[in-house]
Amino acid sequence: MNSRTVLSGSDIDRAVTRIAHEIVESNQGTENLILLGIPTRGIWLAERIGKVLERSYPEFVATEAIGRLDITMYRDDLAINPTRAVTETQIPSAGIDDKIVVLVDDVLFSGRTIRAALDALGDYGRPRAVRVAVLVDRGHRQLPIRADFVGKNLPTSVAERIQVQLTETDSDNSVVIEG
Amino acid sequence: MKHLLSARELGKEQAIAILDTAIQMEQVNAREIKKLPTLRGKTVVNLFFEDSTRTRTSFEVAAKRLSADVINFTAKGSSVSKGESLKDTAQTLQAMGADGVIIRHHASGAAHTLASSGWIDASIINAGDGTHEHPTQALLDAYTIRQKLRGNEAGTDLAGLRIAIVGDIAHSRVARSNLILLQTLGAEVYLVGPATLVPGALAAHAAGSFFSLDQAILEVEFDAIMMLRVQSERMTASFFPSEREYARIWGLNGDRLAKLPANTLVMHPGPMNRGLEIDAKAADSVNSVILAQVANGVSVRMAVLYHLLSGGTEID
Repeated sequence: MNSRTVLSGSDIDRAVTRIAHEIVESNQGTENLILLGIPTRGIWLAERIGKVLERSYPEFVATEAIGRLDITMYRDDLAINPTRAVTETQIPSAGIDDKIVVLVDDVLFSGRTIRAALDALGDYGRPRAVRVAVLVDRGHRQLPIRADFVGKNLPTSVAERIQVQLTETDSDNSVVIEG
Repeated sequence: MKHLLSARELGKEQAIAILDTAIQMEQVNAREIKKLPTLRGKTVVNLFFEDSTRTRTSFEVAAKRLSADVINFTAKGSSVSKGESLKDTAQTLQAMGADGVIIRHHASGAAHTLASSGWIDASIINAGDGTHEHPTQALLDAYTIRQKLRGNEAGTDLAGLRIAIVGDIAHSRVARSNLILLQTLGAEVYLVGPATLVPGALAAHAAGSFFSLDQAILEVEFDAIMMLRVQSERMTASFFPSEREYARIWGLNGDRLAKLPANTLVMHPGPMNRGLEIDAKAADSVNSVILAQVANGVSVRMAVLYHLLSGGTEID
């Protein structure tokens, strides 16, 4: 199998830093900002973005603004795939009502994960706006969904696989295309 | 996993996976919108040939919170009272497109018959069959024990915990399922009751058995003590001289509670015969987790329904 690295560890760091600043720029500050990572690697990316924000904006408190959103029970392919394990959802204690919620994931592909996440959010409250931040946008959308903040746009063929590795769960920091 | 008929079918990993899912379901039950779209379009039938309030309601709430359509089918007021057989009832439900059938029946093995007969394709959940098994009760008991004694931590088992099951073991499907499941999860289970109500064949599978509750409390430091209901309706002979004597020798009262370790959990699957197997002092003490058992029942049954009905293929 062919595989090539498209983002190195330092590329990922730069992309995360840029996304963090873009989020604050479009939000005109860190007020009312909530970042929700989608398991598994979206959680680590949300935390990394949070670290950048904490360094640059003293008023930003990661523990009050960063959470995780498990979307397993909202998937539209539950009936055709084996049962998946459900993981924990943590919503910051202030809730998401009237907040700007940024959903953070590693790869944006079909758009179905984000669709499920939007449904899940609706059961937790009514945000003022929902944005999407992803490390890699690989195209091939099946739903009218787009990312607001993108680390890297990667034109791929459907047959190729994108492997995002983050040291929180993997041995390396990298984005690799296989196939 | 397609059916849940017996606690015996649950391996340790599978049981822990269900308990872990139940933790997330508990979170859902704590939020304002207690609803998930997971089983939208699925039909779940509550097929109850025996009276039940908490189990039927618990399954109904669980299925509804997962967005399944629930049909309650009780023997009274249905064609069963006109003499319809289990087979015809099952085939009727099949024709109506049931995806899951939760069955409670007075005959041991009824759930197994339904699952293996070919009458119906639905997933079958045993909600109590005669004096045989009641696996979801065992799961919710295990969940409650893990919640109270192991910090509700995902992935943990019950290794090393000592649990007493006390009373009418012979007629209790709760005892049988709990004996199997709790030991699968690593706990030591002791059976305690009158010699007439502790079958030797079951006691052989337990960590130990006692014919005296006082002696059991004296010899073993229990982490949890599970009092069983005296099932007079299933007793075809006299197993003990009188209710007063049973209450005096086998009942959990304030005095016996005081002799147990300070943080021993007091459990009861309900409904309680207050004054018979348990008195008010024990049932309403700080050690009592009887209401937690009921609350956890919904989360655990949601987890079971999710594992049985959501996947298109076998569970991994």
